[in-house]
Amino acid sequence: MEFLLLLGTPLAGAVILGFYGGRRWAPDLNVAFSLITFLAASALAARIVAFGNLVVGREQFFIDAFNVFLVALTAFIGLTTSLFSRPYMRIEAHHGRVSAGQLRLYHSMYQLFMATMLIALTTNNMGLLWVAMEAATLSTVLLVTLYRTAASLEAGWKYFILCGVGISQALFGTILLYFAAEKVLGSEGVSALLWTHLNTVKGQLEPAVLGLAFAFLLVGYGTKVGLAPLHNWLPDAHAEGPTPISAVLSGLLLNVAMYAVVRCKVLVEGSLQSSLPGRMLMGFGLLSVVLAAFFLWRQRDVKRLFAYSSIEHMGIIAFAFGMGGPVANFAALLHMTVHSLTKSAIFFTVGHAVQRAGSQVMDDIRGLIALSPTIGWGLMLGALAILGMPPFGVFASEFLILTSAMKQQPWATPILLLALGVAFAAIFGRVQPMVFGDTSAKRLPHPPALVPVFVHLALVLMLGLFIPPYLADWYRAAARLIGGH
Amino acid sequence: MSMKALPIDLQIQNTLAALLLLLSFAMLSQRRIVTLVNLLALQGALLGIATLLLAWRTGVHHLYLSAALTFGLKVIFLPWLLHRLIRRLGVYWDTESLLNLVGTMLVGVLIVIFSFGLAQPISALASTATRNSIGIAVAVILIAFLTMITRRKAMSQVVGFLSMENGLFFGAMSATYGMPMVVELGVALDVLVAMLVLGVFFFQIREQFDSLDLKHFETLKEEQ
Repeated sequence: MEFLLLLGTPLAGAVILGFYGGRRWAPDLNVAFSLITFLAASALAARIVAFGNLVVGREQFFIDAFNVFLVALTAFIGLTTSLFSRPYMRIEAHHGRVSAGQLRLYHSMYQLFMATMLIALTTNNMGLLWVAMEAATLSTVLLVTLYRTAASLEAGWKYFILCGVGISQALFGTILLYFAAEKVLGSEGVSALLWTHLNTVKGQLEPAVLGLAFAFLLVGYGTKVGLAPLHNWLPDAHAEGPTPISAVLSGLLLNVAMYAVVRCKVLVEGSLQSSLPGRMLMGFGLLSVVLAAFFLWRQRDVKRLFAYSSIEHMGIIAFAFGMGGPVANFAALLHMTVHSLTKSAIFFTVGHAVQRAGSQVMDDIRGLIALSPTIGWGLMLGALAILGMPPFGVFASEFLILTSAMKQQPWATPILLLALGVAFAAIFGRVQPMVFGDTSAKRLPHPPALVPVFVHLALVLMLGLFIPPYLADWYRAAARLIGGH
Repeated sequence: MSMKALPIDLQIQNTLAALLLLLSFAMLSQRRIVTLVNLLALQGALLGIATLLLAWRTGVHHLYLSAALTFGLKVIFLPWLLHRLIRRLGVYWDTESLLNLVGTMLVGVLIVIFSFGLAQPISALASTATRNSIGIAVAVILIAFLTMITRRKAMSQVVGFLSMENGLFFGAMSATYGMPMVVELGVALDVLVAMLVLGVFFFQIREQFDSLDLKHFETLKEEQ
């Protein structure tokens, strides 16, 4: 029941907002749909806490410890982003950047995007996972190009083609997976692509085929995670689209793609009986961290800056999952959670800061704290949190990742530390003058919604100090499920 | 295995596979966009015939449905949509590719050799009658990829993208007699929506730049 509501609400929302998304009250309707989705997700999570794992829809969908918290997180950030987008898009309309038709497209696609992500997270069928991931790209392409500027069209084209080609590789990987699975599970019925079935027989799957399949799956879904060197679309798409979309791309889509990679890794590692998939993930992860840290220095656009920061954090998460083992997996799951919350909070403040300054170039944004203490402090605290300052949650997860790296992969620790240091200097050096310093910015026609920012940051702070026991149980159970060394 | 040992329908199947590869090369060298779309439609038609033959041979019912889907989508609807876009946008020729013709062809040949090497372990494990075509499917995918890399016009890149999808479909068919129906329907839906999104997108690009040449797309770079 909760489950039907969870997937049905955003789908219904996409249809209804497709008709009425341009009306004056459409942003409120968008919030209402997101709220129902979030309530359904909470009810579902409560049910998982009470009764354990759930399999529904003729085994096509399932909820376990690994995806339940991601579902809750996705629905939660979907809600807060819709709250943020309410004044944000009204201001954009007031500035004449979007018409009623474009708003209709925006609201409809926002809900559709949420639906595709929730389907990708909850489906048990590896083929449907692929379909939902591709649909998530398609629903956001026209949002990246919403402003119809030359740069946004270029960003949208890059996003479409790079992710399209990437995801085709993942389809080939899925075909290979099916090919191997069919030998064990048989092609009668459709059980050969169901993850729960595959997981029970993963030891019998042909290692040669699965090794090849993983290479394709990692490149395919890795493109959507934004792992270097497949990250080219990410900064452009984040910088050129409307800011609420940057927030959900960074905070949610990257997580969902990472989720897909990890689901595949579990199967392949079980079949290969070696750490090869883990080593591949570590390699891509480390490369992303280092590359992103150095690219951070060259950024002048504030949204690009934080887009590169997302690549860096996705690299850290990939590295931690690659190492495997209970502690590193736990830390990676925690990092996924706190990164989403922090990064979307940052994009919320950046969005309003950009609207005030009228420019995304960092040199033009000055003295936010004098204009609006809440925006200024929000950005400052968000930046400190994402840079891993204690007592925020990012510190806890990065600390766990670094200590387990010291134990398991000592060679990688100095590289990680260096990259984190470089990123710290780059981001802090840019954010400091934006927050403090002289200003000449203008007033906004609608009061900005900054409650979501502080709710997110408070949650990140809480996760740094105290993790609720059921959440820790999920993390631990998921970490066991993901396995590795 | 010698050709004589094969039943007639498998021989036809192999011929179709060879023709698919040949079409990929033709697409790699073709500069006229209208012809490119026609080649794509032909590739779809061959794929549909191959699926139909396989359905008849194996008696797997959902293959009939996939064949119908292939004809409807890849032979009729998508080429029609692309032709309409070409007419309305007035893009008929692609400019010189980024690599010259001889070079591209040579890379293509190397890709075929590589693909057969890559497909070797899969073919060895497959139990389908069409397992020998897996190498060809991989080659079609990679040559389509090469087509996309070497072209400048948005339209040619899209044709390359669809040709890649054809290769993937052929690969799934040769290795496992197709994916489960739910997945195939989902993939077809995604391709359809992708093309519709693209149609909208093309008009936006043209409105902005007055052309569909991707050379305009070189502003978002890092050294600014």
